[in-house]
Amino acid sequence: MEQNTQQYAPSDFKNQSPVRWCPGCGDHAILNSLHKAMAAVGVAPHKTAVISGIGCSSRLPYYMGTYGFHTIHGRAAAIATGFKLANPQMTVWQISGDGDGLAIGGNHFIHAVRRNIDINIMLLNNKIYGLTKGQYSPTSDRGFVSKSSPYGTTEDPFIPAELVFGARGNFFARAIDVELEVTRSVLAAAARHKGTSVCEILQNCVIYNNGIHSYITDKEQRANRTIHLVHGEKMLFGTEKQFGLVRDGFLVKAVTVGQDGYTIDDVLVHDAHTPSNFLHQQLAMMDGHDLPLAIGVIRDVDAPVYNEEVDNQVATVRAAKGFDNLRSMILAGETWEVK
Amino acid sequence: MLEEAKVIAADKVVVRFSGDSGDGMQLVGNIFTNVSAGIGNQVSTFPDYPAEIRAPQGSLGGVSGFQVSVGTNVHTPGDSCDVLVAMNPAALKQNVKYVKPGGVIIVDIDSFKESDLKKAQFQTLDPIKELNINCQVLEVPVTALTKAALADSGLDNKSVLKCRNIFCLGLVCWLFDRPLESAIAFLRRKFAKKPAIFEANSLVINAGYNYGNNIHASVSTYRIESEPAKPGVYTDINGNTATAWGLIMASEKSGRPLFLGSYPITPATDILHELAKRKDLGVKAVQMEDEIAGVCSAIGASYAGNLAVTSTSGPGLALKSEGIGLAVMAELPLVVIDVQRGGPSTGLPTKTEQTDLMQALYGRNGESPVCVVAPASPTDCFTMAFEASRIAIEHMTPVILLSDAFIGNGSSAWRIPDADEYPEIKPHYVPAEKQSEQAWRPYDRDEETKVRYWAIPGTEGLAHRIGGLEKDYTTGAISTDPVNHEKMVYTRREKIARIADDIPQLELIGPADADTILVGWGGTYGHLRTAAHELCNEGHKVAFAQFRYINPLPANTAQVLSGFKNVIVAELNTGMFADYLQSKLPELHIERINKVQGQPFLVSEVKEAVKNIMDRHNC
Repeated sequence: MEQNTQQYAPSDFKNQSPVRWCPGCGDHAILNSLHKAMAAVGVAPHKTAVISGIGCSSRLPYYMGTYGFHTIHGRAAAIATGFKLANPQMTVWQISGDGDGLAIGGNHFIHAVRRNIDINIMLLNNKIYGLTKGQYSPTSDRGFVSKSSPYGTTEDPFIPAELVFGARGNFFARAIDVELEVTRSVLAAAARHKGTSVCEILQNCVIYNNGIHSYITDKEQRANRTIHLVHGEKMLFGTEKQFGLVRDGFLVKAVTVGQDGYTIDDVLVHDAHTPSNFLHQQLAMMDGHDLPLAIGVIRDVDAPVYNEEVDNQVATVRAAKGFDNLRSMILAGETWEVK
Repeated sequence: MLEEAKVIAADKVVVRFSGDSGDGMQLVGNIFTNVSAGIGNQVSTFPDYPAEIRAPQGSLGGVSGFQVSVGTNVHTPGDSCDVLVAMNPAALKQNVKYVKPGGVIIVDIDSFKESDLKKAQFQTLDPIKELNINCQVLEVPVTALTKAALADSGLDNKSVLKCRNIFCLGLVCWLFDRPLESAIAFLRRKFAKKPAIFEANSLVINAGYNYGNNIHASVSTYRIESEPAKPGVYTDINGNTATAWGLIMASEKSGRPLFLGSYPITPATDILHELAKRKDLGVKAVQMEDEIAGVCSAIGASYAGNLAVTSTSGPGLALKSEGIGLAVMAELPLVVIDVQRGGPSTGLPTKTEQTDLMQALYGRNGESPVCVVAPASPTDCFTMAFEASRIAIEHMTPVILLSDAFIGNGSSAWRIPDADEYPEIKPHYVPAEKQSEQAWRPYDRDEETKVRYWAIPGTEGLAHRIGGLEKDYTTGAISTDPVNHEKMVYTRREKIARIADDIPQLELIGPADADTILVGWGGTYGHLRTAAHELCNEGHKVAFAQFRYINPLPANTAQVLSGFKNVIVAELNTGMFADYLQSKLPELHIERINKVQGQPFLVSEVKEAVKNIMDRHNC
């Protein structure tokens, strides 16, 4: 990514358009966190593009002072891929909801992750279709009652992290809309990562799915039900950081430090950069019930970046063959002359 | 302007089977000849035996060949062949000189091992390169596939290998639509006393035929010869390659990098293949995960400032509809290439039709006008791909290029143009005086042409947001205002209509005082023009006009056509262009000649149909 010595304020990434999300919608907080993350990363607004699909969250580009493209349902990842390939100096963000990104756009999502194109995907997960007024989404839990599932759904949801790992993703982070500082830091880390970054942000829809994440976001219990993973730091959680994650055979388990013979030395240290995704996947699959839900950067591994590989190949082939233009290329082939 | 073109050899094909003298080349040649004669073809054959009956296997001296010309007006076995079957390297070496430019060579790649190459005295391990072969080579694992087909037959290895020739016969029957039933009947008679051998050959001929079907093998049996009137350097080119090169020329002339987002589909895939090779000219051609991603990646590349293209055939165009609508709404340049094939649905993937015209013109939700153009011949694909790009970039609109399987695969001699024969393409950039966020809004447009400006992302001061929602005419902000929406609908429509001021006039070919004019569009040009020309020579006054620009129509269309009592529209569908033309010019008397068989017109059938219509009207 191009680093700019110029310092930007969050307001440099805003524009004057009135924000039209519902009052109390989690998207407001996420938008603020994004403006702050962009200022922290320091890429100029005119070197930044924000591309979205369709859905409430996909209105976000209209509230940016950057280049922005509000496109069609499900296709943001494909459009962002073409954009980044065509204009690789730009820093590209993609905003999708759970319906846009994982239902109609599921194919583009997994292929973007597989290719490792250098875009930052913000996946705002509220487990509901808001813009169409309340149908279940591919992340809604089994049995979820909605307008299109009046008797409860009879299907299992996607867990976004599992899809990312299945598609061989190299960056996965999670945040919660109400935790602005974590969201900001996660988005900044996503921007700094080269390759496809996926940030799942648990977002509350006040109108159609209010409180869907309340088990996690509950103020009393949040410290016990979530763990903020930071690379190089011990995996501790709880109001007093009294709990820790330790190895349990091939799995991890939560223990109270100082009890049952477990000391602080037994507690695992988070390594987001290790190429093996075995532990990352286990950490990402924790859901807040038996084990705390992981937030923060869970996986952040360097791997060949698709757009860079394309550019390198073009440069290599050009250097080897060295045609100046179309005509010289054609003339190098089979031709004959008519006088 | 279109060069005069003549369709030649439209009615006959020449196939040359070659292999070791023990490979049964005479047998398959004879069967193919008989099958073709059985469906009414004239035939002429030329068995080409080696002097030595048992020359060493795989040696140059042991090559046996059988050439057959089938079709109409067949008087000789032909000087050169459209298809060469070469069972081993020696056969390839001995016979490659007979293959026409643009022909197809089928080789059994299983018999091209190092030892085989040595026997045929090749110096390298790459016989294709060593022989400087430039035409299409189908490398088919004939031996392996024959063995697989007969795995359960109980035949010994030697007998199995003797069936390789029949696999090739099956493949050639697929290429030329020869019915297997009569070939199998022939085999039944031949092996009447060896039912096991007959059963094996019957399995293998089907396997070869199905293989051709499965890989969508196709060969153009037609060549459109233009008169090489102009001095210059020529090359042989097919329509898909010409399309790819026309796009590259447009990229050079516009200064915008070329991006292709595509997905494999017969018969358009060669455009992706060619542009993927052209990384040596800086082209970025990417194979996306599906047709939708193909068009969407191109739309992203267009917003990012590239000359952006997606290539497909009819089913893919259907999938791209919503994306094209986005490009209409966002007013972004986009070139969509549809190499038409037989439809609907999967239809006839390797066969030609003109049945996507209505889909191209109208196949989107909402009032969604796009520019539609159609190349007339393989070489015209170059010019019209350039034109599609020019119009897209200068008028900020999607342009659909309607090529077809016939001209996409068909080849022709082409004079390589100098760069200065094509005009500079001037992207509709935001003018200097507007280059700040205060002075410029994303849907500001040139009131003369209704074209909005293109701000390339990365430019300071021009950060802007666009999208698929309706926008306010003035501010560019989201708007649901009813009157504004209607104004925007008419503005987008008018923008396309005004392209008519920026394209060539319709050219009238032949006698202007005729009562009858034959009208065509797209890849039927060679046949229709030849038909009109021959009718004139035979004393029937028939003029001709070719539409290369379909939406908008050339500005003088009404003026040219209104002078004729009969306007005969000939096309390979049930009358789509005729209907379209009638809707634009209700006063015209339009007659129709239609064919929907997945095959090109025959000049003779067009002439007959025109004469019938003229007789009816006493012209």
